[in-house]
Parts: sequence; structure tokens; C-alpha cells
Amino acid sequence: MSVEMMSEIKRDHMMNLLEQGKRVDGRTPTDLRKISVETGLIESADGSAKVKIGKTVVMAGVKIIPGTPFPDTPNIGVLTTGAELIPMAHPTFESGPPGEDAIELARVVDRGIRESGMVDVEALCIVPGEEVWMCFVDIYAINHDGNLFDAANLAAVCALKNATIPGEQYGKGENKPLPITCTPISITECKLGNHLIVDPNFDEEQISSARLTVTTDDNGNFRAMQKGGRGSITLEELSQCLDRAVEKGIEIRKIIG
Amino acid sequence: MEKRNARQTREIVVPGDVLDETGMKPGDNAYVVDGKVRASITGVRNVFQNTVGVIPLKGCYMPKAGDTVIGVINDIGPSNWMVDINAPYPAPLHVSEVPWKVEFGDTSKYLGMGNVVILKILSVDESRKIQVTMKDSGLRRITGGRIVTIPCSKVSRVIGKSGSMISMLKNMTDCRITVGQNGRIWIDGDEENCDVAAEAIAMIENKAQSGNLTDAVKEFIEGRIPQEEGYKEDE
Amino acid sequence: MSGHTDMVLVDENGMRIDGRTAEQHRPIKIEAGVLDNADGSAYVEIGKNKVLAAVYGPRECHPRHLQDPTKAIVQCKYNMETYSVSDRKRPGPDRRSIEISKIISEALEKVVLTELYPRASIDVYIEILQANAGTRCAGLTAASVALADAGIPMRDIVPAIAAGKADGHVLLDLNKEEDNYGQADVPIAIIPSTDEIVLLQMDGNMTREEFDHAIEMAVGACHEVYDLQRDALKRRYSANREEVSE
Repeated sequence: MSVEMMSEIKRDHMMNLLEQGKRVDGRTPTDLRKISVETGLIESADGSAKVKIGKTVVMAGVKIIPGTPFPDTPNIGVLTTGAELIPMAHPTFESGPPGEDAIELARVVDRGIRESGMVDVEALCIVPGEEVWMCFVDIYAINHDGNLFDAANLAAVCALKNATIPGEQYGKGENKPLPITCTPISITECKLGNHLIVDPNFDEEQISSARLTVTTDDNGNFRAMQKGGRGSITLEELSQCLDRAVEKGIEIRKIIG
Repeated sequence: MEKRNARQTREIVVPGDVLDETGMKPGDNAYVVDGKVRASITGVRNVFQNTVGVIPLKGCYMPKAGDTVIGVINDIGPSNWMVDINAPYPAPLHVSEVPWKVEFGDTSKYLGMGNVVILKILSVDESRKIQVTMKDSGLRRITGGRIVTIPCSKVSRVIGKSGSMISMLKNMTDCRITVGQNGRIWIDGDEENCDVAAEAIAMIENKAQSGNLTDAVKEFIEGRIPQEEGYKEDE
Repeated sequence: MSGHTDMVLVDENGMRIDGRTAEQHRPIKIEAGVLDNADGSAYVEIGKNKVLAAVYGPRECHPRHLQDPTKAIVQCKYNMETYSVSDRKRPGPDRRSIEISKIISEALEKVVLTELYPRASIDVYIEILQANAGTRCAGLTAASVALADAGIPMRDIVPAIAAGKADGHVLLDLNKEEDNYGQADVPIAIIPSTDEIVLLQMDGNMTREEFDHAIEMAVGACHEVYDLQRDALKRRYSANREEVSE
């Protein structure tokens, strides 16, 4: 697949606007795009969510099934997160097994959920040492216009909050909501020249040198981070990203309720 | 201004729709089976004399000899550049078709990745192999300004009848505007005026099927950029 | 087809478990132009099936050895999302999805005017968000709307639906229970202007009379699906027009 070539004119135009504190879509560097969340739209899933951030669309579905615990954690449920960048979502995505971008995406989302203790995995034990609930979160990029990290995080988090443990289906007691303790929210910023911008769109990501994703919990503590891209970020920029992650995390928690 | 007879009934048709069963001839994007003329693309039914066809609403750019297009260099070889012209086919630009004398292997000194060029399509053969040139008046590398992309089926509306729409856009916004047949439009000038020009083009794109487009666009620009003594269309 | 149940799939009044008669299809919803990046797209619900289709192209064909110097190729990829079925599906293609992708590509290639785009590729992606018997028909139905939405030249729009047999009755558009515990399933797709068949599969056990009846019902229903496909496309483009005349 030929990589889309960003024209010099488009790049210069974006950089010129940034010098004036503006972005092509009319946002300031610290504005998020419009976010909308729909949950429970897939009945075959035990929990599901469709998240839109601007024109980026991501779906996540949760499947919860009984299984054998890992020998070293006999009383703890299993939580697995996967992501696919399907070719429907962008002309540069190819079909085939998940590549490094999809794996990184899934792992960053997984870390935020796991490290924040969002799902009370100890409550997923059915018979100690023998049977636990295994919770699979699968994320699909449906339309890619940048910031898949935050969209995927939000879709996964909302799908988990929407999820029910299907006890009746497997003869393991009543159906009950998946035990949730908090709402981890990730905020991603990109660096273009010397500018940091929050919630980058596709074109902005194309010309960014570095990316930083920061996931916070309800208390504003940090639970996961990932720096990406071949460029670097300064300590001051890092500090700015951390502050913003807390501030924007509160904004997003209000939106999703 | 508008071709009213042709545009009066803007009936949307989809592939397979019967356009006529009274013996008319199939025009563009139409075919005949068993005496019925049917549409072969999504678009607007269009009658001209004894033929009936479809004006497409969407679809990719198909290069035609003589077209002026805006391209982006996306690969460089020792004796040519590959240019993305927004078509299903790449357009190789050979060193013999640029206005400079380029030594073998020196291509990247003249045009680099991501550079934007205005080109003309020289020829398109049966298997859609394309030849382009940069050796003609107005063909050159462009920098600065911005590029907006519209579906190539809307290009003719942006240009307007014998160029009326585009000259109005240029005059009222005081921007340099070059429209590529491949749907890429380059706008250069004062930044706020460029914003207005870009929005006006988006408006033409979205309202391409409605009548009185020229008036609507004129009104829109007047609301954004005060005109010295009101813009008069050249007749 | 092979499952067995004591469940009564068709009662003494000829009613099915979801309240349909033998000749009724499930409720169908079609929407065209639902995705931003794709050149054309469609969303289809047939009963509890939820399907997205996206089209990219015609565009440069990769890998190059697949290029045909005389015409474009239509490459379809059918994919089920892991949570679309009751047991989690393993991600990635399996033998079933590869076969379905192939027959859908072939069905579409018959109607697309591929000779207009030598060496190019027209890529069709079908994602099954929720499955409840009949996903290949829902997928093909969505894919042909997406192609028309992309402005790809084609002879006609292809509708698809299945007929089958359960509890000894020939039924239109089997649901999951009827598919699992019934005796036959016949998905078909046609070119509505000529009634030519472009996709046909069959598994199970049917007499000639039953099969003829199934085909007759399915072809009739295909025309109903076709009307809904056309409606969806016309709605999409008329909607554009209204938005502008305000």
C-alpha cells in the first residue's frame, strides 16, 4: 500500500497556523474535538461501546467467559485487551494479523485499565484455583482521523462499564454487572515543531515528531503512559502534558458520566 | 445562467434504474438492455435531445489527455518522479518533461518528496498508463497557500459556465486560485480571504446540485469580505 | 443444519418463533454513506444482524502481481468481530470467512464495470458487528450499496437473502435457531434487472419441489431488499439536496 504523501503545502499551512495558536479545524492547541459515546449497541457482546472523537470512530466489545486461571494467580480473573486496525478505517490500513501499531495501541489501553484496577479482577473468581471469569475486550478502529489511543481507551472503558457477567448463560449464578472501581481516561498530545497539541487529528499526527499518552484515574493519579514517535519531548513539555491529562480527564469523565 | 432545461428535474438515480423505455439513446453512464436504458452509476438523470444519461455525484478522477492537475511528488527515481494525481494510477513525470536540464540521478535536487506541482496530462493509453508534463505555460512547482480537495464530479461547478464561478471567486476574494481537473484546488493570498475562498468552495461542493448557486456564493462572500462597490459579473 | 432440538420452529398455524410467516423476511434497515474515510459505505441490519461495508477505490492495486491489464479486480474481505457471535470468535480470517470473501467478490465483479479501470483494485470491506444467521447476505447487500455510494460504475445493485427449510417447512430468511436446527439453507443474490443469480450456496436436504419453492421466495424477497437498497441511496443523496436548499 502506498503511504499517503503529505504535501509540503499542507504541512506548511498547518505549521503557519500553529504559530498563531490555530489549527486547521478551528481548534486551539488545547481543545478536544466533540466526543460522543453510545453503549450497549451490540447484543451479542456482554458489553459494547461506540465512541466518536470528531471523525474518528472506534468500537469496543466485551466477551466474558468462564475459564481456567493462571497457575500463579489462582483466584484472580483474566483480563485481555486486543485491537485491530481494520482496512475499513483508513486507506493505509491493510488486512492481516495485527501489526506493531495495533499491538502498541492495545497494550497502552490495556495498561491503563489494568494498572488503574478499573475491573475488580478478584471478584471474577468462580471456584478458587479452578475457574474464573475471563474478560476479553476487543477494539476495532472503524474510521481513523487521528488519536486512536484516546478513542480506543474511551471505547474500551465504556464497553467495560456497560458489561454484564453472563452467569445464567453458563450456569454460574445470576447475571451481574462487571465489578468496576474507577474510570481511567487517557489524554494524548502530539508535538509539531515546538508546539504541543491535544487530541491530534490524522494530518496532525502525520507531521508530528513525538506523541505522549497519559492515563489518569478518578483521583488524578497517573496510571499509564506511553511516549511514541521518533522525536523527543522536554521535561517542561512532559509537565504540561501531565497537567493537561488531569484537566482534560475531568472534562471527559463529565461527558461520559 | 443555469442550463435550466437540463437541470429542472434533478432526479437522483442509482445503478440499474430505468432511465427510459421509449427508445431514447443511452448517453454517459447509461446502457441499453431489451429496449430499456438503465443507469450505470449513482447520479442525476440527464436528458439531452434524444439521449438520456447520468451525471455522476461521486467517483474517482480518471485522467484525460489535456487535463491540468495538481500533483504531489511521492517517489523519486533516477530519471523520473512519481506523482500522486488523486487517480487510481500513478503518474510518472520523466526528466525530459520538466523545464530544467536534469542529469541522471539528480532528480531530487529539483523536486523533493511532498513537493506540489501543476502538471498537464499528455496521454493516457489503453491500460491507463499515464504521461504527464511540466513543460507548458502555467505548469510549475507551487509553494505556500493551501490546497482543498473536492470530488472531481464537482469541478465543473467550481469553474462555472465558461469560468464564471471561478473568476467571481478570484475577484471577490482577491486570491490566486488554480483548479485541477483532479479535484485539487490551490488557493493563495491573504489568509482570511483564503478562508473565505475555501469555505465558498466547500459551499459549491455541498450545493452543487442546487440552482442559483452563483447568487448564493456571491451573497456568502459579500457577507464575509466587504466589496468596494459590489461585485458585478462580467457578461 | 445438523443440530437437533425439541424446540418447535414452526407451529401448527405456520408461525415461526419470531412471529413471522414462512414468506416473511426479518425487519431490514439500510443506511448509505455512514463512514468518512471510505469512498462509499453502508450499514445494514437484517433482524439481529448488524453489518458495516466500506469501499475504497478504484485505486492502485497492491500487490502488483494481482493487477489485470484489461480490468479492475474486486477484492472483498469479510470479517467477523470477536464479539459478534455468542462464543467469542478468534480474531483474524478463518476458512469460512475466506470462502465467503471469495464468493462475494465474484458476485460483485459480475455487476461492476471493471473494464473501465484496467490494473486497478476496488476493495470492499465487510465487518460483521453482530451475527444472527444470514451475515453473508447482509454483507453482500451492504457491499453493493457501498459500491453504488462510492460512485463506482455498475450495471445494477445486488440484493441477497437466504431461504431454507426448518421443521419440514420452506422458510424465507432463516434466523439463528432455524439455521442451527433446520434442514437446509440456500443463500442467493441476484441482478434484479434480469433475475440472474450471482451468488448461490446450499447445504442441507431438500427435494426439487422444496428447492424450487425456496428459490422463488428468495428471488421475490431479493426484489424487496433491492427496493430498500435504492431507497437508502436516494435518501442519502436527496438529504444532501435538502440540506442545501434551506
